[in-house]
Amino acid sequence: MSNALSRLMSSRDWLLADGATGTTLFNMGLQSGDAPEFWNVDHTDRITALYQGAVDAGSDLFLTNTFGGNAARLKLHDGQSRVFELNKAGAEIGREVADKAGRDVIVAGSVGPTGEIMEPMGALTHASAVEMFHEQAEGLKAGGADIVWVETISAAEEFKAAAEAFALADMPWCGTMSFDTAGRTMMGLTSAEMVKLVGKLPNAPIAFGANCGVGSSDLLRTVKGFVDAGPTAPLISKGNAGIPKYVEGHIHYDGTPELMADYACLARDLGATIIGGCCGTTPDHLRAMRAALETRPKEDMPTLDAITAALGGFSSESDGTDGAGPTRAPRRGRRRA
Amino acid sequence: MSDEEDDIILSELNDDDLVAQMFDDLYDGLKEEIEEGVDILLERGWAPYDVLTKALVGGMTIVGNDFRDGILFVPEVLLAANAMKGGMAILKPLLAETGAPRVGKMVIGTVKGDIHDIGKNLVGMMMEGAGFEVVDLGINNAVEAYMDAIKSEEADILGMSALLTTTMPYMKVVIDTMIEEGIRDDYTILVGGAPLNDEFGKAIGADAYCRDAAVAVETAKMFMDRKHNQLAG
Repeated sequence: MSNALSRLMSSRDWLLADGATGTTLFNMGLQSGDAPEFWNVDHTDRITALYQGAVDAGSDLFLTNTFGGNAARLKLHDGQSRVFELNKAGAEIGREVADKAGRDVIVAGSVGPTGEIMEPMGALTHASAVEMFHEQAEGLKAGGADIVWVETISAAEEFKAAAEAFALADMPWCGTMSFDTAGRTMMGLTSAEMVKLVGKLPNAPIAFGANCGVGSSDLLRTVKGFVDAGPTAPLISKGNAGIPKYVEGHIHYDGTPELMADYACLARDLGATIIGGCCGTTPDHLRAMRAALETRPKEDMPTLDAITAALGGFSSESDGTDGAGPTRAPRRGRRRA
Repeated sequence: MSDEEDDIILSELNDDDLVAQMFDDLYDGLKEEIEEGVDILLERGWAPYDVLTKALVGGMTIVGNDFRDGILFVPEVLLAANAMKGGMAILKPLLAETGAPRVGKMVIGTVKGDIHDIGKNLVGMMMEGAGFEVVDLGINNAVEAYMDAIKSEEADILGMSALLTTTMPYMKVVIDTMIEEGIRDDYTILVGGAPLNDEFGKAIGADAYCRDAAVAVETAKMFMDRKHNQLAG
């Protein structure tokens, strides 16, 4: 148990993670289309405020502003040569905020998807994916991140490449995938399949789970899918605060702090250990989640009906784990050998 | 199973069975088999436009419906689209020669700041699969790139994609510019991407939000039909 996150988890039943990064930065004046990672150098005060907001609201862990900090993503802004610098800077600001918190707060270096499709369907090779993730992880490590955290992944191959890269960087890690398409990831992976995938990794994560996706009820159905499949590591639940709406030139999520408080308790009752929000989750939401987790006693595992009753309906009837999903119409031609 | 059942000789199938087999082969993403099927139909005297609409578009419609319904996912659809592209490569020059009817033309691209092109590529491929001409601007498009392309290409439809909450508001920048230039109503504007929804599409002034590639094709067809009706009326 040589890492800070495992130590903290051993003394607690649950940890509160953070909320939204993009939503918060928009509110600070980030312009649509600009790279948030440049602010780790150009506007350190704002990134400090972003992290501080989560810590002050009671987060035990926050993710750094480095989601798009890999070479494939930064290339878009002609920043592909600044991967190490921007990730290091993002983690350094986090380290400073965490060390001043007066309690244990984990700095998790955020690693987002490359945005490219891996072989054989796409052009990105396993080797270059590993190289990109490794480069980013080294920057986060140099900046003082406690762990690295790959998030919003949809392809099993990309998740594996990240795991391999983190082993090369010798960094403990967490990983979440995004289940946004009929209860599966965009690439068709189910929650049960992710449990299998994680169980086979040579470099196991400290915890794994789901983030983003559709709404908080879908997210919890995914967590239930993890639990039912017999996970080999603690579970993470990071759902969006409702769905995005466009109001007066800005994106607002329609989930209230009260709703996210219910979501947080349901996530805990399902068996998630690290609980947080994703898009649209502000410090106000986090405060309500923390208060609910601290004051409401743990209850029995909720049923799917209890989840929809509290948080609203699912985006699809099946999530692919119950064998009840839609199936293909019979073939008309003859089957090939 | 006997050898006879295992081996399918496409050239020995009658037209109906061959088209049915091509639907399955498209579904399974078998590019060489699709190319072979297209060649056989052409040899049998099928018009290129019929091969496109009856065999390829018909097959891709099934793929699109199953993608919409959560039966197929991105990897399978990419394979199917790749197989279709093989067939399209044969048909394209022939279609041009024979002056086949024009379904419509779409300019499509991911907005500034966004490099996600998976969804956008799927839409482009499914639109081509439905017989549309598609001009793909790629990723990270500023408003000028969209404006230049829709004018020079004489497009019917503008498609914009964004996968991030940080980039989706840029769609409104593009639409507002079109309004300023007085050309907004000359185009059908379709928007898509994971964080979007109907309400967002309406709020920024798009004609429609399309949940996925299959819906994009259906919506595009509907708007083209309306346009043709207006011209006829």
